Amino acid sequence: MIQTFVGNLGHLTTLVSFVSALITAIAYFNYFKANELDRDSWRRFSRVSFYIHALATSLIAVSLFEIIYNQRYEYFYAYSHSSKALPVHYMISSFWEGQEGAFILWAFWNVVLGLILIHTNKFWEAPVMVVFSLVQAFLISMILGVVIGDLKIGSSPFILLRDATQAPIFDLNPDFIPEDGTGLNPLLQNIWMVIHPPTLFLGYASTLVPFAFLIGGLVTKRYTGWVRPALPWAIFSAMILGMGIIMGAYWAYVTLNFGGYWNWDPVENAVYVPWLILVASIHTMITFKKSATALKTSIVLVILSFILVLYATFLVRSGVLGDASVHSFTDLGLSGQLLLYLLFFMGVAIFLAIRAWKHLPTSAHEASVYSREFWIFLGAMTLGLMSFQVILPTSIPAWNALVESFGGISNMAPPADQIGFYTKFQLWFAVVLALLTSVGQFFWWQKIDRKTLGESLVLPYVVSIILATLVIVLAKVYDWKYIIIVLTGMFTIVANAVILVKLLKKSTFKLAGGSLAHIGLGMILIGIMFSSGYSEVISLNMSGLTYSNSWEDEMNKEHVLLWINKPTQMKDYTVIYRGRQKKVVGVPEYVPAKSLAATGEVNEAIALEGFKDYIKKGDTVQVVLEENDYFKIDYLQNETLQFSLSPMSQYNEGMGGLISSPDSKIYLEKDLYTYVAAMNDFSDPEWKDDEIHEVSPGEQFHVADFVTYFDGVEVMKEIEGLVLEEGDVAVKAKIRVLDYDVEKLLEPTFIIRDNQVGKLPVIDSELGLKISLENILPEQNKFVFKVNQYQKDYVVLKAIVKPYINVLWVGTIVMLFGFTVAMYRRFDEFVKMRDKGIE
Amino acid sequence: MKKGHLIGLGIIAVAIAIILTSIGDASSYESFATALEMKKEGEDKAIHVVGKLKKDEEGQVVGIAVREDKTSFTFLLVDNEGTEQQVFYNEPVPADFHRSEQVVVIGSFRNQEIFVADKILMKCPSKYQETDVQAAGI
Repeated sequence: MIQTFVGNLGHLTTLVSFVSALITAIAYFNYFKANELDRDSWRRFSRVSFYIHALATSLIAVSLFEIIYNQRYEYFYAYSHSSKALPVHYMISSFWEGQEGAFILWAFWNVVLGLILIHTNKFWEAPVMVVFSLVQAFLISMILGVVIGDLKIGSSPFILLRDATQAPIFDLNPDFIPEDGTGLNPLLQNIWMVIHPPTLFLGYASTLVPFAFLIGGLVTKRYTGWVRPALPWAIFSAMILGMGIIMGAYWAYVTLNFGGYWNWDPVENAVYVPWLILVASIHTMITFKKSATALKTSIVLVILSFILVLYATFLVRSGVLGDASVHSFTDLGLSGQLLLYLLFFMGVAIFLAIRAWKHLPTSAHEASVYSREFWIFLGAMTLGLMSFQVILPTSIPAWNALVESFGGISNMAPPADQIGFYTKFQLWFAVVLALLTSVGQFFWWQKIDRKTLGESLVLPYVVSIILATLVIVLAKVYDWKYIIIVLTGMFTIVANAVILVKLLKKSTFKLAGGSLAHIGLGMILIGIMFSSGYSEVISLNMSGLTYSNSWEDEMNKEHVLLWINKPTQMKDYTVIYRGRQKKVVGVPEYVPAKSLAATGEVNEAIALEGFKDYIKKGDTVQVVLEENDYFKIDYLQNETLQFSLSPMSQYNEGMGGLISSPDSKIYLEKDLYTYVAAMNDFSDPEWKDDEIHEVSPGEQFHVADFVTYFDGVEVMKEIEGLVLEEGDVAVKAKIRVLDYDVEKLLEPTFIIRDNQVGKLPVIDSELGLKISLENILPEQNKFVFKVNQYQKDYVVLKAIVKPYINVLWVGTIVMLFGFTVAMYRRFDEFVKMRDKGIE
Repeated sequence: MKKGHLIGLGIIAVAIAIILTSIGDASSYESFATALEMKKEGEDKAIHVVGKLKKDEEGQVVGIAVREDKTSFTFLLVDNEGTEQQVFYNEPVPADFHRSEQVVVIGSFRNQEIFVADKILMKCPSKYQETDVQAAGI
């Protein structure tokens, strides 16, 4: 029976949430305008209205999760994003796989942030919450699913499957409920996909806070007062957004097989740019607080960072990127709405900023070269140029769409070699930035003039030259570009570390945020240089195959074909593919796939043989996602096993092909990163022609290319799955097949009952063999075997060594920690001023 | 001249440099015919061609030939003008390749006969457009 209650509840709460957002906006506006007498009651009303909105928004999320959790496949969302085989933590990923779920997540975070702001602010509550509520109204409208005539507002996640599709089955039976959903994209079945989207969306959501303070400040004519409360939030936002981006990069690194953590894909660029602008805005805001300059720049940057988040959302979710991104996104028909959302806030912000412009304080005299403002301003400008360089080519598809909407033709495409194109700019900008941070920090904390500048920079300069030289010599960095990066990265680390030590000696840890974050930057720079610049593909094809044409021979074949059990040389290792494995609930190791047989139930298998102490023969076990195969690859050096890696792959019907996840051997100084690029599909083998062998017991012969021994036969007393009757004869042949160092025993069976012959062939999918005992020739003492061949199991592997990638990961952690310290300090300042009644 | 102006000029100069290189390095969408023209004129820049995989009457993809070592393959792509072209890709067949509605190949002609793709983007049928609900379990 179709369950419509939850869906109706979802629809209802969506409507309540939308309406209450509008009411809250109006109420807070009135609270703000109200005179002393009415203020309290307006405030109470506004808050209650927002609480209702908060509750409704939470209920939308609860309803959607209920649909997924209870496997209600009569709903389109559950049907298309989930399936029975999914464990609970991946159901959480199903929640935000669809765009509607992502909008709900975003709206939910806004609600949480709104509640915090209501209870931490006095003066700012009303103006900030007006902006918040308006943003919420726009966000919730994306999932309204209301149709007025031809106008469709939002796409609801609560529609039933029968309303979403025109499948003929619903004409026969409107109450049809599919047995199972179509499942979650296997690439999203990863623990990082459970925590990355909420982090990223919290980052998105939190860019609203500084923006809301700014708009509040412009409206209430507190042109300078908004900076103090906005600053800790801007840092919070940069920290969370940065964390979200890094998690995404890490997810790509451990799950996607595009060979790295960053690909300059439009989708990645779209979040990178607002983050850069956000970081720039933090720096100008800090400058403003210290010396009353850079207010105008701060205003422009805060507006930009918020608008760029909306622009990123528009690019990613409007379908504009269609031909330009490896991530395929569909247009839910929301592009118009998203554009309206973007243009509305852009228009309001620009209008308010222009109106306020002439009232904004500016410092009359120009910043000296020996002032910190000068250096920070340069840094902010560099960040701005960095963003500009990325957002410009990323917007080419949007530009094409724009030209075409006016009837023109534009066939511009993004640069063909994205990585090369972006790197050649971003690298040098990052070098400039790193140098600015070191010099800037000295100016920040010390009174410096022409003379003292040299003195204070001598120590870090000398130390970093020594350290960098060590690194260059030991790690053999001989490319001049990379030498410059090591030098600047090291200088950044050392100079900021010197400042850090001085600060810790003199005052508290609270002030250390900046230098920590900058040390992180230096480490990131060096880590990226090594892991990308010196990454080396070691899976070069040495098969010696020559091709029909000469140009193909010149191409580097960066994948290696591994036949099962066959040792293959790969740089310093001999690698051997040892077969497929499965992940089984309760077993810490992978279990060989050949020892398990599917039972027909989802994710259930029966053990054909025991596995260590964990599984006994005949046990029924639970497989973690049965589609997943883990390919065991042994790495040997000097003929001793060093380690094994098990990259995952699944043949996914729904996705129409191979889905792979890498596996890496992680050393302190490098990662060996490997993934499966292609595999053998033996679900429906095309057996080759029959091969007939007549052999006597004890004889050696060749089956396909395998040396094979026929050891004799055994008369069976019982056969699994068959009751032997009186007069039945059952014979089992013992055939040993040798494949390199592996010996396999294959036992085809031959049964005679009432002059009828029954044959039970054996199939070995690893060797690609089917052998049956066809006949027995007693007078010649010979046995006739029929052999069919398919293909030995194989994988095509790619292996890349990425040196010092851990420096990058540690650097990002240091940077995020720096942000956290800075945020704590700035929030503390705000609280002190607020409690004095100033804010 | 004031320092501020110098910095301003510097920023403008860098911004212009960025715009110019972006335009210079931007690729373009072409058809196989125009791409071949470019090749003949000695232009080796990588370009984008949008097309569909060749299919037979039954809608089965035809013309995919995987090399013996399974690390590269060729396929037939029909561009939007209907030109059929053999394309070589030096990678194993990507996931969901057969199912892709549309394929964008980024690369250039190696010689008159073969187009070598450095990169392939696929647009796959979205789950949202799926109309045939699997009627399993009735």
